[in-house]
Amino acid sequence: MILLPCPWCGPRNVGEFRYVGETVSRPDPAATTPEEWRRYLYMRRNPRGMLREGWYHTMGCRRYVTVDRDTATNAAGGQP
Amino acid sequence: MHGLAAAYYLAANHGITDVAVLDKSYIGSGGSGRNTAIVRSNYLTPEGVAFYDRSVKLYEALSATLNFNVMFSQHGHMTLAHNDSSLRTMRWRAEVNKLQGIESEVIDEREVNRLVPQLDVSPHARYPILGALYHAPGGIIRHDAVVWGYARGADAAGVHIHQNTEVTGIDVSRGKVTGVVTNRGRIATGTVLNATAGWSSTVADLAGVPLPIETFPLQAAVTEPVRPFLHTVIVSGSLHVYVSQTDRGELVFGASVDPFGSYSTRGSLEFIEGLAGHVLELMPSLSKMRLLRQWAGLCDMTPDFSPIMGFTPVDGFLVDVGWGTYGFKAGPVSGEAMAECIATARTPAIIDAFGLDRFEAGELVGEKGAASVGH
Ligand SMILES: Cc1cc2nc3c(=O)[nH]c(=O)nc-3n(C[C@H](O)[C@H](O)[C@H](O)COP(=O)(O)OP(=O)(O)OC[C@H]3O[C@@H](n4cnc5c(N)ncnc54)[C@H](O)[C@@H]3O)c2cc1C
Ligand SMILES: [Zn+2]
Repeated sequence: MILLPCPWCGPRNVGEFRYVGETVSRPDPAATTPEEWRRYLYMRRNPRGMLREGWYHTMGCRRYVTVDRDTATNAAGGQP
Repeated sequence: MHGLAAAYYLAANHGITDVAVLDKSYIGSGGSGRNTAIVRSNYLTPEGVAFYDRSVKLYEALSATLNFNVMFSQHGHMTLAHNDSSLRTMRWRAEVNKLQGIESEVIDEREVNRLVPQLDVSPHARYPILGALYHAPGGIIRHDAVVWGYARGADAAGVHIHQNTEVTGIDVSRGKVTGVVTNRGRIATGTVLNATAGWSSTVADLAGVPLPIETFPLQAAVTEPVRPFLHTVIVSGSLHVYVSQTDRGELVFGASVDPFGSYSTRGSLEFIEGLAGHVLELMPSLSKMRLLRQWAGLCDMTPDFSPIMGFTPVDGFLVDVGWGTYGFKAGPVSGEAMAECIATARTPAIIDAFGLDRFEAGELVGEKGAASVGH
């Protein structure tokens, strides 16, 4: 079983969450170029190892949480 | 397989034999040895259809070309429609396909029932079957044989294949590739083709080329063998499941990718439970079948369910990646096109739409409708 640490509910089964994906920083829409915006939309680090990512706790507190997960082993530690 | 096919065509079509194929494990240890071997060309976009059609043609001749039996069974491919909107997209797909000379048609539920009597076509089913997109030349192939056949052909032509050789670095000097570093030594070269599917981001990182790829596991399962009764591949997009029967009699089940990205290939109970439930909704008579195995492979998913092929901003560093859940059927045409790319230093027309630059340009291909479950 894969456990994700929810800061509000504690460690919960991954099946309770919806995957949001790799955390990316959003450029300022007013100041960005189309190319930069598309890089934000599509380009990902996709590392084999530690990844900071978003999850939505659908079957729990229904809040967005940030998780650090090792994508090689699925072991996760988290923070709010 | 993509790497081996490219090496084979470099030698066979262009006489280039100073080629090394490197694999960190054994050949076929990636998706090419784990896929469910569906081959078809009934995609949705004209670019996609032309491309996959060429691959089917190469597959039809492959046993003879390689003098190695790849056991291509073109016994048909059927995508079920459970609602009006999928029927509508299927009509669209059938017309795009026919326009390009591909056998592809929408059939009604009576015809579905005639072809596969085991399917529950009653109107009371949770997901009633309203019709299907039927693609007669689609089918399944012996995936291991394709890998071995290309490897044998490439080897015979003078290509070197190095297994258990992991690429750990790519030397780039002034924007140009100069060599590959591996755990078994360095190779000086001006050309590197990255065809590492689920691991392609990790290898592109070595050359400093970012990719719009996320790696997701895809699971599949197989039952004990039974007498042949299923003579077509069945796909249900709404139920996220597909079924085929191998020449040995096993039923092979597949689905969509796992719900989150990962490089782990560990199977999950959630997957197998969901899969079994959905298979039984389609074919209640399979309830006594026993599963033998489940497994997972890594899929390099792109935002538009289409591959990324050709040159990159680093001179000499080429990619043949983004094969997601549908790249086995494309091995021959990709190998052929990548070999041409390398030999002529130009992008062949057949892969023009699939360049890495399409993402920054905002010119995505849009195959999701035909590729997300059906592979
Ligand atoms: C369960 C499942 C079902 C599928 N079903 C279908 C289907 O029905 N039809 C279809 O068309 N496609 C299907 N696919 C997709 C298909 O399997 C892949 O798209 C295809 O096999 C990719 O081939 P490839 O040669 O590019 O990559 P792979 O076969 O994955 O080969 C990549 C190789 O790169 C090697 N490698 C990785 N990193 C390094 C490194 N640093 N140095 C050296 N070598 C490295 C790996 O060891 C691996 O052998 C399925 C995939 C899965 C997992
Ligand atoms: Zn919670």
